[in-house]
Amino acid sequence: MVRDDYGVKIAPTIDVPAVESETQLRALLGALSGVDAVGLEARAAKLATRSIKKSTKMTAIDMAISMVDLTTLEGADTPGRVRSLCTKALRPDPRDLTVPSVAAVCVYPDLVAQARSVLGDAGVAVASVATAFPSGRASMAVKLLDVAEAVDAGADEIDMVIDRGAFLSGRLGQVFDEIAAVKRSCGDAHLKVILETGELVTYDNVRRASWLAMLAGADFIKTSTGKVGVNATPPVALVMLEAVRDFAETTGRVVGVKVAGGIRTTKDAMKYLVIVNETVGSSWLTPQLFRFGASSLLNDLLMQRLKQQRGAYVRPDEFSGD
Amino acid sequence: MSDRLEVRKTYKLLINGAFPRSESGRTYEVLTERGEFLANVAQGSRKDLREAVGAARGAQAKWWGSSAYNRGQVIYRLAEMAESRRAELAEHVGLAEGLSAKQASKSVSRAIDRMVWYAGWTDKIAQVFGGANPVAGPFFNFSIPKPSGVIAVIASQNSSLEGFVDEVLAPICAGNCVVAVASERRPTPSVLLGEMTATSDFPAGVLNVVTGVTSELAPTLASHEDVDGIDLAGLDFESANELHVIAAGSIKRVFRPDERDSASTTRRLRAFIETSTVWHTIGQ
Amino acid sequence: MDKKDLVNSQLGALAYDAAPESALIARIKQSYGLFIDGSFTEASAHEQFVTLNPANEDVLATVSRASDDDVDRAVASARRAYQKVWSKTSGAERSKYLFRIARLIQERSRELAVVETLDNGKPIRESRDIDIPLAAAHFFYYAGWADKLDHAGFGANPQPIGVAGQIIPWNFPLLMAAWKLAPALAAGNTCVLKPAETTPLTALLLAEILQQAELPDGVVNIVTGDGATGAALVGHPGVDKIAFTGSTEVGRLIQQRVASSQKRLTLELGGKGANIVFEDAPIDEMIEGIIDGIFFNQGHVCCAGSRLLVQESIADEVLRRLVRRVEQLRVGDPMDKNTDVGAINSAAQLARIQELTAFGEREGATRYSSSCVLPEKGYWFAPTVFADVAQSHRIAREEIFGPVLSVLTFRTPEEAVTKANNTNYGLACGVWSEKGSRTLWVAERLRAGVIWANTYNRFDPTSPFGGVRESGFGREGGRQGLEAYLNV
Repeated sequence: MVRDDYGVKIAPTIDVPAVESETQLRALLGALSGVDAVGLEARAAKLATRSIKKSTKMTAIDMAISMVDLTTLEGADTPGRVRSLCTKALRPDPRDLTVPSVAAVCVYPDLVAQARSVLGDAGVAVASVATAFPSGRASMAVKLLDVAEAVDAGADEIDMVIDRGAFLSGRLGQVFDEIAAVKRSCGDAHLKVILETGELVTYDNVRRASWLAMLAGADFIKTSTGKVGVNATPPVALVMLEAVRDFAETTGRVVGVKVAGGIRTTKDAMKYLVIVNETVGSSWLTPQLFRFGASSLLNDLLMQRLKQQRGAYVRPDEFSGD
Repeated sequence: MSDRLEVRKTYKLLINGAFPRSESGRTYEVLTERGEFLANVAQGSRKDLREAVGAARGAQAKWWGSSAYNRGQVIYRLAEMAESRRAELAEHVGLAEGLSAKQASKSVSRAIDRMVWYAGWTDKIAQVFGGANPVAGPFFNFSIPKPSGVIAVIASQNSSLEGFVDEVLAPICAGNCVVAVASERRPTPSVLLGEMTATSDFPAGVLNVVTGVTSELAPTLASHEDVDGIDLAGLDFESANELHVIAAGSIKRVFRPDERDSASTTRRLRAFIETSTVWHTIGQ
Repeated sequence: MDKKDLVNSQLGALAYDAAPESALIARIKQSYGLFIDGSFTEASAHEQFVTLNPANEDVLATVSRASDDDVDRAVASARRAYQKVWSKTSGAERSKYLFRIARLIQERSRELAVVETLDNGKPIRESRDIDIPLAAAHFFYYAGWADKLDHAGFGANPQPIGVAGQIIPWNFPLLMAAWKLAPALAAGNTCVLKPAETTPLTALLLAEILQQAELPDGVVNIVTGDGATGAALVGHPGVDKIAFTGSTEVGRLIQQRVASSQKRLTLELGGKGANIVFEDAPIDEMIEGIIDGIFFNQGHVCCAGSRLLVQESIADEVLRRLVRRVEQLRVGDPMDKNTDVGAINSAAQLARIQELTAFGEREGATRYSSSCVLPEKGYWFAPTVFADVAQSHRIAREEIFGPVLSVLTFRTPEEAVTKANNTNYGLACGVWSEKGSRTLWVAERLRAGVIWANTYNRFDPTSPFGGVRESGFGREGGRQGLEAYLNV
């Protein structure tokens, strides 16, 4: 569809047909524009200088809280730990009911049932990692079973990992097919596709992987597992949001973005919200389309919120540790 | 009526931004030029040197990766620190070299001005020693001066501060990291300078200072294969020849000061630079 | 909802509250004298003029207009300082003075940034993050040359020229002062600096810094004033070298004036920079680069990328994204940390921009201006893009010196080069492509003193800056920047 905007005639950049072969996929991804790392990082750095104060800050803090996927993904996780986390997810500050709930709790598949039983239908979703998280190194059968069990146990959202080995060795069709198969297994659950940007390394790879995931049916694209050395960074988020923007304008399909790993402070969170605001616009500033995968971030948001209200710096022990 | 008892200083090594004693636990006596006891100084060992080389190697990529402007500011800050502690430096140079207070003060002033000289070199080296080359063909060709990497310095035995400053800052300002063996009998000004780098935003590992017996320590560095270059300033002619042969075992860049060197020459600076030349096609 | 509306309608819709930098740190005096022979002194004819804040037309301070007598005094002071003190000061000592000045600029950087924004109208983010840090860096860089001139490639023991008369523009007031003073002093010259009429304040603050650095009296003299003051300096027989940054019109007059004298001359004049975009440019960074190229500093940049030459195959898409991006620019209070585009520096400059822009519309180009709300008081112009511009249009040939971009197209690299070079100017160009060989091929053929590849408006004290043809001659920055101030 062609429309007049600002009096200029526009046509879509890329026509997106259904992807029928690896060759076609390769051509599509190859036609994407490159990313200049210096320019990208400079833009992210400039956006980081935005000063968020007063009522904007209060709005943004509450927005960020409502976008948190409160996460525990440790080998040592127990039902007790998950119960504690879910309670906090529902009511982050028991003394202040104006604090919104978080968006979701994120756990391993074998703890989904526990999370579901604590959260009930109160409005906080249960997200489960799957597909041999975090490495993704297992057979397709095992990965799909992983997804099915999580869905059966009551997961509303599935966070899958792509096969980075396949991506980096050029087996793009395989990566695509895996995502599509997982999407089918999700049923009503929404699918987040973790690109593991720290292992993809280059911004060009991140752009291509973002498009690949969206073409294959992702509802969300996610930066990281949080289990490797380099996780979410503002420049990486910027590339992914640009991809989401271009994809929406080309196909009409709206995909969300989740940044995960290493986001610990309110200041960090504000930087990401600014990038969202100025890249795709505020329609994406909702838990439906933007998430923070984090654990300690929540307490920093709560502390900053309280500080804004009280006008003085606050002690960390004001809030529960988990 | 009693005088106040001074708190005496322990002279330790500088390795990777920290101040450990020698792993060997040894110390040795350092006397003033007049033969009076000055301090027990750590007597470094081969293992200390191994740690120091590891620290220098670990720091080098990041030191070269920082901007020339940043490196210049760090070295200038060392000059700021030295100026503010000049009295202490002068006291030790005077005691170490048997200089009068006035001579020692002048020596310190010269040393600080040398620090300033090197601070201003970091962002000039590429322009003076590199550049575009007009090759015969459709290529953009340019030469970049890169640091050799990890440089060992056997510091001058006699010039306890001025010599030391030249010997360590020349490679450092070009982007190298240094393991320096201080003057055996006049080590304290080097130790003080090392302390000052720790408060000058020098990243850990850029300068490492090991005190001890030169004849014991120098061969370790000359033969260490992960050392890219060595300055033999602190050795007499015969010893320098011997170590030169050892260093040749791994084709090290070897620098031996001679009559060509003065305050305005750049031979030492150029000794630890590698020219890297890039070709890029030009065409539509 | 249309696919394009998915993004456009809510872009930047999360509003940011005002985040003003405090002006309290500025401590601007009510009135300033001239800085001659190390101290502030009244102008001989006691003439004064005001300097305004272009964002709201408030009077910031009264400054003195240096008369011919004052210029004479300043030149005499510079001559005395040169002969008796500075030419006898070793390179090592000159170096340390310059390092002191660099450090003092760093220490007082917030204060300088605020004063610069109040006096010039540029956003505080830019004066804080670009102008002031670069000014300090310039002094740092040239400090390091003062004691090693033998290695500068001009032969052994190169000597200074003597007294330098330096006239600077209003677009980067402190930075231009640094660009002039640092190399001159490093090389051993003394200076008489004339700041621009509308932006004298940071130069006067710099004078205080020079006092704090204990720079010997008369080594630097600062004479505020107008065109007549500049002319007096240019014509003064006691000045050995003139350095001028400003318009080509005035540069021409200066070159004519000094032709029969022995005065050395360097000129840094106007430009009509071509930003060349190939179809394989990295698209998002390229859009930012075009925006940076023309809207940075409100377009008051001699090297601005004021002509976009875009490959025809992507012209529509680039224009679409450009216009969307322009709408997002935050225009307003320069003291607000979130402002992207500040005020036009003066009523005169605003009038000129308006005149040329109106002409652009009459010439037949298609105009898109940001719908941003402009403040009532002050001098403001909405960022503007002209599409369908032809090479022959005035807006493609004349320097507007404002936030106005002219967009033209090309088909082949050769055509891009021809169009880029089709101007009497030759200051700066940009080239956007992921193909290195083509970028270098184009760069080789561009008649420009500065070429930015996949970036724009990047400055560094080590990187020589200056133009060819009517954009001037001589270079500032780098090893080459010393040449103008040495007798070689």
